[in-house]
Amino acid sequence: MSSTKHAQNADVFQQNKEKATWHDNALWFVREKRDRISKTLPEWEELRALGEKIKLHSVSHLASYLEQFAANAEANGVIVHWAKDAEEHNAIATEILQKHNAKKVVKSKSMLTEECDLNHYLEAKGIEIIESDLGERILQLNGTAPSHIVLPAIHMKREEVGELFSEKLNTEKGNSDPTYLTRAARVSLRNDFLTADAAMTGVNFGIAATGEIVICTNEGNADMGTSLAKLHIASMGLEKLIPDYESLSVLTRLLARSATGQPTTTYTSHFRKPVEGGEFHIILVDNGRSDILSNEEHIKSLNCIRCGACMNTCPVYRRSGGYSYTYFIPGPIGINLGMLKDPVKHSENLSACSLCYSCNNVCPVKIDLADQIYKWRQDLDSLGKANSSKKLISTGMQFLFTHPALFRTSLKFSSLAKYAPRSLTFGLKEWEDGRSLPPFAKESFTEMWKKGKVKKK
Amino acid sequence: MKVGLFVPCYVNAVYPEVALASYKLLTHFGVDVDYPVDQTCCGQPMANAGFEGKALPLAKQFNDLFEEFDYIVAPSGSCAGFVKDTYPRLMEKEGCTSKVSGKVYDLCEFLYDILKVDKLPGKFPHKVSLHNSCHGLRELKLGSASELNIKPYSKVKALLNLVEGVKVVEPIRVDECCGFGGMFSIEEPAISIRMGNDRVNGHSDTEAEYITGADSSCLMHMGGIVDKNKMPIKMIHVVEILAAGL
Ligand code: SF4
Repeated sequence: MSSTKHAQNADVFQQNKEKATWHDNALWFVREKRDRISKTLPEWEELRALGEKIKLHSVSHLASYLEQFAANAEANGVIVHWAKDAEEHNAIATEILQKHNAKKVVKSKSMLTEECDLNHYLEAKGIEIIESDLGERILQLNGTAPSHIVLPAIHMKREEVGELFSEKLNTEKGNSDPTYLTRAARVSLRNDFLTADAAMTGVNFGIAATGEIVICTNEGNADMGTSLAKLHIASMGLEKLIPDYESLSVLTRLLARSATGQPTTTYTSHFRKPVEGGEFHIILVDNGRSDILSNEEHIKSLNCIRCGACMNTCPVYRRSGGYSYTYFIPGPIGINLGMLKDPVKHSENLSACSLCYSCNNVCPVKIDLADQIYKWRQDLDSLGKANSSKKLISTGMQFLFTHPALFRTSLKFSSLAKYAPRSLTFGLKEWEDGRSLPPFAKESFTEMWKKGKVKKK
Repeated sequence: MKVGLFVPCYVNAVYPEVALASYKLLTHFGVDVDYPVDQTCCGQPMANAGFEGKALPLAKQFNDLFEEFDYIVAPSGSCAGFVKDTYPRLMEKEGCTSKVSGKVYDLCEFLYDILKVDKLPGKFPHKVSLHNSCHGLRELKLGSASELNIKPYSKVKALLNLVEGVKVVEPIRVDECCGFGGMFSIEEPAISIRMGNDRVNGHSDTEAEYITGADSSCLMHMGGIVDKNKMPIKMIHVVEILAAGL
């Protein structure tokens, strides 16, 4: 069976067994932390139900909340921009930066700017951009992309980071002590903070009632960047909008617990006004989000608060790593968002799911991730992306199973052989690589029944 | 009470003893059991692979065969779950109504919730490691999934504990998927096999003599790995333990 891109990449990931095991354990550890802390709140499941409702309510009343948000933000002295897609977002950011003659920007973690591929865009315009989140900075120095949305460098062992830092930041060769390396990164970042002309950030929540944005970090890097530079540009996806502080109080309780098993992020910072003598811009980005709004089967994917819990729990993600997916967001939510972005391009991630449904259970805003993957699979055939051998097997099964007499005959004849019929166990090399075929029973249950061997007289 | 015994296709061919034990258990509790011989497969393998259309005729066939019963009982949570959760939507697309979804049960669920079994006659003096299958747990709610903050319970464990002598243990990562997932197992062989190995090792580390579970498909997958790796641990369906001595 010709395998999908995900399956091929996953196979490569599993070649290094030791590292694959380490990766699985590292993420399972986070999943367990999340389990433990969520169980300290008796109201946890209620919170999830509330979180789901708040987000669904917000996206289904998006137009009016956006209006309210923009009006309030502007009243606070913020300059609000609207970008219909990634290109427009990048152009707006560049224009603002150029107007201020900014040559160097520090940026805190933002999946949206990743989505827009902002860094390359700015670099091409001669603007230097420094990632200030430690994980993101490691990847930037390494020239690679995040493999996880919350723990972007989770796939790198500290030895690899040590090696990278000794090359890029002149740390001692062979020293991979995490404290030592973190300090080295801090020292170099401090210099960047001090010399940056502007700060860019993502947004965790936008509050319609007040026109402010909320950013959650553990390192305080968003605060550092925005306090030192006079210019702050925040990039915000439309779906980040929520009504008010009450909604925020539910979602912040869910976010950090789900993401890393912490009661809260170290910094939960509210940004409402520009700093004295400075400017504060918010770029509201659509980039396909309003299309999802009209997609009844998949609208719930807009609930996502990017906590990463579905990745940590996914048995496939943990064993195949973030780079095995074709979309820049991996794991269960990434499979779905990739399909929403470009189904033809990203359909080969759909195989990366055993339908165990664990993601549905951890998601703090109750996105039906597995059900959505199941639904996407139903569309593959019409997209012309269905796997031909899978289709053949399914057609064969349908034929056999809709002909009871034929099915019974096949049971009878196959029982002469030692192993179960191909139609039932697929009989494929892919199965036999790591598993024996189940030995076939001498007599099927149907035969036993027909011969009167089952029923007591 | 008329009960239709639903024996999933691969159980029929590979594990007839599980179907037999199901029959014995049900009749032991005085249930009137019939087995429609024209049954084949519920259609889940095709649907999960992305071919719901191919599952539809099977759903109709299943509906016709089982409509007359008060309950439909299967020794496999995953198949029962498919009939229960997916048939209604699937059949509605074609303008038909599923008359079976509301009365289909996994066998353990049926024993626990409908028959309210509180005594079993048999003995099984062995240590068994319980495999908590995904669909049984997260679709049929046979127990509390580890992700949820709800009161812990397990219908399967409660039933097993009625059997004299049995010692039930559970592996680490108590309800992680075994990696079968139907077509998943051949479309993503590297991950599927790795998941299966991890799961089997988890069970084996408990030093149990058997891996047991309520879903034959997971047992088939793990059994294939146990056999390939020549491990000493044995596979047994929960129903066979519950029917011990019958
Ligand atoms: S889909 Fe849910 S679990 Fe996954 S990242 Fe988004 S909010 Fe978190």
